[in-house]
Amino acid sequence: MSGGNQEQRPGQAPGVFAAVGLPPIVWLAALFIAPLAVIWAYSFGENRTLVDIAITGNWGSYARALKPLYLAILLKSLGFAALTTLICFILGLPVALAISFASPRAKLLLLLAVMLPFWTNLLIRTYALMAILRTEGLINSALGGLWGLVPGLPPFEPLPLINNNFAVVVGLVYVHLPFMVLPLYAALDRLDRSLIEASLDLGAGHVATLWRVVVPMALPGIISGIIITFIPALGAYLAPDLLGGTNSQMIANVIERQFRSANDWPFGAALSFLLMYLTFAALLLQSLVSRRSAAREAQR
Amino acid sequence: MPDRLSRRSFGGLAVALALGGCARQWPKGSNGEEQRLNFYNWDTYTAETTLSGFQAATGVEVAMSHYANNDELFARLRAGNPGFDVIVPSNEFVTRLQISNLLSPLDHARIPNRANIAPEFVNVPFDPGRRWSLPYTWLALGIGYRKSKVDGVPDSWKYVLDSDLYSGRIGLLAEGDDLIRLGAKYLGHSLNAVTPAVMEEVTQMLIRQKRHVKLFHHDEGQDLLAAGEIDLVVEYNGDIAQVMAEDDDLAFVVPREGTLINSDSLCIPAGCPRPDNAHRFINYLLDAKVGADIASAIRYPTPNAAVLARMPAEYRDNPTIFPSGPAMAKSEYGRFQSIAHIRAVEEAITRVMAA
Repeated sequence: MSGGNQEQRPGQAPGVFAAVGLPPIVWLAALFIAPLAVIWAYSFGENRTLVDIAITGNWGSYARALKPLYLAILLKSLGFAALTTLICFILGLPVALAISFASPRAKLLLLLAVMLPFWTNLLIRTYALMAILRTEGLINSALGGLWGLVPGLPPFEPLPLINNNFAVVVGLVYVHLPFMVLPLYAALDRLDRSLIEASLDLGAGHVATLWRVVVPMALPGIISGIIITFIPALGAYLAPDLLGGTNSQMIANVIERQFRSANDWPFGAALSFLLMYLTFAALLLQSLVSRRSAAREAQR
Repeated sequence: MPDRLSRRSFGGLAVALALGGCARQWPKGSNGEEQRLNFYNWDTYTAETTLSGFQAATGVEVAMSHYANNDELFARLRAGNPGFDVIVPSNEFVTRLQISNLLSPLDHARIPNRANIAPEFVNVPFDPGRRWSLPYTWLALGIGYRKSKVDGVPDSWKYVLDSDLYSGRIGLLAEGDDLIRLGAKYLGHSLNAVTPAVMEEVTQMLIRQKRHVKLFHHDEGQDLLAAGEIDLVVEYNGDIAQVMAEDDDLAFVVPREGTLINSDSLCIPAGCPRPDNAHRFINYLLDAKVGADIASAIRYPTPNAAVLARMPAEYRDNPTIFPSGPAMAKSEYGRFQSIAHIRAVEEAITRVMAA
């Protein structure tokens, strides 16, 4: 096996590959693929009693999941996730640009600031947001205090900041912004700065440079940012549950109810897998796009 | 399943610690069982001294964990008992657990304090003869409200389910099953006779009412009411009694159409690792003194006659804790109907939420 000055490829060192590859493969199989396979099997099952599910190869749960009622909820969730992703992109792009142009020391601090919220539990962050947004919360009491300083105004009406779709989007953007910023930063940081300077020197404005030079070159990073923001936002359930109002139900809330109060695991499994199939489709799309851009690169 | 894994890894840790010479040993009691007990209960449902008192009396250490609703309890047990000794399901979940073979029968000889239970709670429709459960509390749904923001007494479900009078200030319970049943009650039907036609009628009413509803809460309605987020809320009497003790402006009423009554009941799940400790613990909770401490702390009505006799008039005559009168006479225990019924209820609620 001594390859001399030949490049050693993983296939030529099965022992090394096994030693390095086996633990993650076992991990993936035991803790991801196996449980998922069980849920997948449930999606073809039927409830026999309150606790027994017979796996009968029945498509009934999928047929039910495709009823207009559930498709409309899915569509609404897609809308929530798309809006969240768009806002995250609009907010995240300048942030990522600023970080990639910062000095190395500032870069470290800024990245830390982006990642810091990750170290706090999602539930706690959502409750903190509730404390800020609620009718007698931080924003409304601050505004109410300022309002009271001006004589002659009518009594302060608190802004409806919580228990509506606005609060859900705020919550989703707040939670998912780092998912967008980090891949954007990774893509922008690798950019060849001289191309940006050339564009500016040759008369393009900042906006034109951003849209016609930076964005096309960072496209793979932008697409991964969009996908890893969109997918978890689509499956969000804490934000609609805790921040939402009477009109904020997302598909994950419906799925959660199937496993809890409805006690209908086959239907819950079918709904979950519907989301999974969508996720796979999005990932497939991403790999197609990145393959095409790689091919275009090679042609140059 | 995760519990079993974590207990196993805890076992591994214990072995490692034993090798180090400082393992957590559970001494065996005179009944041959380890001196510990896992109690799976609702939150804020014991007094501060309840668990330590049992340890002082018997040497058995109680570890308590909480669930937020019966569905969580059921979902946890359906994959196999992860090690709980005593649980506190509500009436219809006593039925659901029992028909799913998830309960173990009670040995009455080992629970002498069951004689303390008031007679009307001994023979109940969901467990005749009390073979599977003994009552811990009972509770009634009603409307909690802020007196200064509401005109008179909102003594009908109409104000929360079928009216725009308090638009935008109403909180409803997120439990679909309870909402549908209260809607049926308001429309003059029995809680336990919700036919598809009645369910459709209630669903349409809730869809109409939804734009006047501020939020659906997960049994934290008393906090939302106390915080001023909402002025009327569908909640349990004991929860409202807890916040009324701190805020004079809050009140509770059982609407005149009648309501849903629940009874949270002490049960031993099938596969309970320490059945004798479990029986001793249930017997302890039914003791007059222990029960009186619990009732003073949690302010739910007690079904225990010996406990009631020890309680001050402030508790016994409290109309929130013990709602009475014609509204209560029209009230019913919820009963488990069928799997198909649960599914229909969930779909109805999904429709309401999506509308």
